[in-house]
Amino acid sequence: MLRPSTLALSIIGLLACAVLGILAFSGLLTAAHQPRLDANRELVTRLGLTDLALFTEARYTRHPSQADLHSALQDHPGAFDHFPSGALLAPPAHLTRLHSDTHEPVAGKTVSPD
Amino acid sequence: MSPWLEKQFHLIDFTLASLARRKTRNLGLLVVYTLLVFVLASLTLYSNALRSEAKHVLAGSPEVILQRMVAGRHDLIPPGYLDKIGRIRGVQKKEGRLWGYYYDPVLNANYTFMARPASEVADGMIMVGEALARERGLAKNNTISFRSYSGKLFTFEVAAVLSPDSELLSADLVLLSEDDFRRFFEYPDGHYTDIALSVANPQEVRNVAAKLTAALPDSRPILREEVQRTYQSVFDWREGILLTVLAGAILAFAILAWEKASGLSAEEKREIGILKAIGWETGDVIRMKVWEGLLISLTAFLGGFLAAYVHVFHFGAAVFAPVLKGWSVLYPKFALVPAVDGLQVATLFFFTVFPYTAAILVPIWRAAITDPDAVMR
Repeated sequence: MLRPSTLALSIIGLLACAVLGILAFSGLLTAAHQPRLDANRELVTRLGLTDLALFTEARYTRHPSQADLHSALQDHPGAFDHFPSGALLAPPAHLTRLHSDTHEPVAGKTVSPD
Repeated sequence: MSPWLEKQFHLIDFTLASLARRKTRNLGLLVVYTLLVFVLASLTLYSNALRSEAKHVLAGSPEVILQRMVAGRHDLIPPGYLDKIGRIRGVQKKEGRLWGYYYDPVLNANYTFMARPASEVADGMIMVGEALARERGLAKNNTISFRSYSGKLFTFEVAAVLSPDSELLSADLVLLSEDDFRRFFEYPDGHYTDIALSVANPQEVRNVAAKLTAALPDSRPILREEVQRTYQSVFDWREGILLTVLAGAILAFAILAWEKASGLSAEEKREIGILKAIGWETGDVIRMKVWEGLLISLTAFLGGFLAAYVHVFHFGAAVFAPVLKGWSVLYPKFALVPAVDGLQVATLFFFTVFPYTAAILVPIWRAAITDPDAVMR
């Protein structure tokens, strides 16, 4: 007759082995996806793509990285967001950056205040 | 077996028997605990997989995209603009890109039209993304007509459907020749949508961007690292939204676990009193309760994590996908890379197993050092 402690520790041991196995072989498990990932990266390079095709309803949701600095207020200042997926996109980084960090000029952004 | 190990086995036997006496209560706690770990682990695994995918594929995007701004809005690149960039050192390759959006009233969806050289797509032909082909019922050699913004009807033949594996990037994509693109959108000759720049030395990208801004004050360079950062923050943001929604549930569990772990019931106090009266040492009582905490929290963590792994990578995170993936008319189908971040798992372990086990210790120690007679009364 199996002792309850042996049974409990065996179950926990088995679960722990499965979790450690996932962690240890994570690289191997992702390797199966590598050809797909590489083909996609090649497509991105060849076509010069910049964004994921997740939300296609507006410029600033289809190409968030290319949207102007005022999106989602793109129609007029203070304009409400038209699309629900706007709620799933983060606000532009300059809006959430700490004020103390803003003295560092970021290349690629406008020099004058937005 | 060493006496120490034998003692631990006996303690665990006793702990399990004690847990079995309050079966419903402890099973309920274990189920809720496992569910909480399952929810948090699913969220972490799903967001991490999306982040890894975006990071890997977008590493191939152009080093710098140069947009022209007019009155604060993105405008077309006029002829001669490309020549001005040619003089900036470090720029290896520059290419005017032609792309735009087309609203298709049939699907009520927007497509992204992108021009490709004639060597890739011949005039009168198009290549379309898998999601678009699926929704419009298109296959190779089919023809499709689009009414342009000027009202003219253009008919194209589908030369190829892009690989379904690339749907995450090409769901709504329509690739056509440069001549067709200009005719369809009546794009003025010599104008481009934006410019893609290749910079030989990655260390130079920021300098090149600064030089571009100085040389072309009406331009806005977008760096590849900014593109990648955008997607990292998009998925961070969504993870945050769901965590905020779940905050109430997490707090409710914290209160439940704290109450269960730190407040001893009269029955438990009497049990400790009896154990001490029959000769158990304070250390043994504490060890028994630590085993109780560890057995519950480890089973919940490991079970919850494994269930989350299966849920996310084998069932496509059916429970959370609508919130984490979002939605659109042309939504891509994609498989997730089973990427697991060890640090995230460790963080989850620390914040779920450790507090519960630690919360058990203080009240037990307090009860265990009290006089057995007083505890039993």
